[in-house]
Amino acid sequence: MAQIIDKKQKAVRSLLIFIICVVTFIYLIPLFFVIHTSFKPWEYIRDYPPKILFKPTIASYIRIFTSRTPLPPGVAFSEDEVANMKWYERLIYKDTNEEIVRQGDLPRRYLNSIIIVIGSTLITIFIGTLAAYGFSRGKMKGRDDWLFFILTTRMLPPVVVVIPVFLMFRALNLTDTHIGLILLYTVFNVSFTVWVMKGFIDEIPIEYEEAAMVDGYTRFQVFRKIVVPQATTGIAATSVFCFIFAWNEYAFAFILSRKYAQTVPAWLPYQMGVLGYDWGAAAAGTFLFLLPAMVFTIMLRKHLVRGITFGAIRK
Amino acid sequence: MRRRPKENQGLNIETHYRSVKDKTLMRLFILPTLVLLISINVFPLVWSLFLSFANYTAKMANVWGKNPEMIGVANFHRILTDPEMWVKFITTAKYVIMSVVGEMIIGFGLALLLQLNFKGKGIITTLLILPMTMSPVIVGLMWRLFYEPNWGMFNFLLGLGRIDWISDPARNLYSIVIADVWMWTPFVMLLSLAGLSAVPKYLYEAAEIDRASWWFKFTRITLPMIYPILMLALIFRTIEAFKIFDLPMGITGRGAMAPPLLAMHLYNVSFVTWNTSYGSSIGYIMLIMVLAITLIFVKYLNKAKQ
Repeated sequence: MAQIIDKKQKAVRSLLIFIICVVTFIYLIPLFFVIHTSFKPWEYIRDYPPKILFKPTIASYIRIFTSRTPLPPGVAFSEDEVANMKWYERLIYKDTNEEIVRQGDLPRRYLNSIIIVIGSTLITIFIGTLAAYGFSRGKMKGRDDWLFFILTTRMLPPVVVVIPVFLMFRALNLTDTHIGLILLYTVFNVSFTVWVMKGFIDEIPIEYEEAAMVDGYTRFQVFRKIVVPQATTGIAATSVFCFIFAWNEYAFAFILSRKYAQTVPAWLPYQMGVLGYDWGAAAAGTFLFLLPAMVFTIMLRKHLVRGITFGAIRK
Repeated sequence: MRRRPKENQGLNIETHYRSVKDKTLMRLFILPTLVLLISINVFPLVWSLFLSFANYTAKMANVWGKNPEMIGVANFHRILTDPEMWVKFITTAKYVIMSVVGEMIIGFGLALLLQLNFKGKGIITTLLILPMTMSPVIVGLMWRLFYEPNWGMFNFLLGLGRIDWISDPARNLYSIVIADVWMWTPFVMLLSLAGLSAVPKYLYEAAEIDRASWWFKFTRITLPMIYPILMLALIFRTIEAFKIFDLPMGITGRGAMAPPLLAMHLYNVSFVTWNTSYGSSIGYIMLIMVLAITLIFVKYLNKAKQ
């Protein structure tokens, strides 16, 4: 059927699309601002009104990675010395008149975050998927009650559990250790994993497994050779979720780590004073920390709804 | 429903033996998860319950010397009769209401706008959901830079002059609400989008034939159909906003100028003044409130599933 395109309707449509674009732009301004600040040269950072256009520099990124001392007034390196400097040393010298002393605290914190997050994600996925399979296929008594119990553990405010966990960790000497935080994050994420993975495993037809069992496969073989390969998408999506949750976690890390096993979220907000209110470095650290989560979110977008509702809504 | 072959009465010994073993095995699959949850979640909770009825401090010097002294419900009595605590309850409630209402309205509105099909819709949606999976404390830090009174962009863009959004107690609750709404609106938007896409098309087509108005379709088809999912979003957000800790820690820190939110107060009581048992009692009161909301949540979770 031939339709006459209504001009008014078309105008409304264009207007709505325009509104969406404007809203999205406004929405992302805080993020733009942080990225923008992180590339600002030192002299412009505190300018008001904020300087919009400038030659971007990565000096702030070097500052967040290093520990520096300011040169005393009047002291300057000779041209030869400047020429012999490494490129990042020269950049810092020219930007803020500082000398790099040693590597800063960020690389260590970043590494801690990576170790703890990957360690806990691997353990969580392993035991969580096993349990999800058990709950999906087993017909034990009170299955729903157990599942509900597992869900409630995730609803607890971390600040409530953290007092006794703090006492427990202190008694077991687990405070400020990687193992301690890995254990905690595993517990924190396992309930989520069980719920979401159970949803994914429920979708796998049981007939293959029954056939394999008839052929003499043991349960564990069935799990490994039939269920896991079919649940790969689910496992991958759930792993990324666990990664993001653990990567972002703050309360436990803040209270249970001081130095040795401290993660980035527990460390970065407290660097403002230490860095002498170096907002550029703070912005650089913020952006570097947010980047992995942003990349993963983009990868995950198809499973996001399912993840954030614990598998309640499957799209 | 899944089908399982009916087990025969006349089972031979071997299969019978195997099925018993299989049942045990399935329990073994679940065991590690339960052991972990019980030892690092349930056990601490029981301990915390015990502490909430005691007088105890976890200060290093006191740890091994002094045993918790049981004082009954004195902690709870103190909490519920302390006017300062009521200020905290009310501030938290205000925070929850403001941020959740803001998120629901903006999130649902954005979802309605995104019903429209156009080029680049996928990219826009992806960009809009980015804030949701960021670390709350780092988002707090980001907003702290954004709010910075001397050179931050927030006042500049709104043409506000040098207003202090961070350390002024009259305002910083609102600055945290704004950041919370920014961060979690995408959550509501995403859930609403999922709900909207699940509304059967034929309902709209039928209404179209009857020449129903946009408003009629919205109130009689859209809203009732996605009501369960909106409830789900509402309850999720209420629980999360109620226990908010990370975001204010990033924006205002826990200092004297910080808004009196419950979780932050709990932290101050337990880990700054080391009044451990009193902190546990506050924790338990929060826990009971969260459990009440969770129960409603599960009710709607089951509804949403059907």
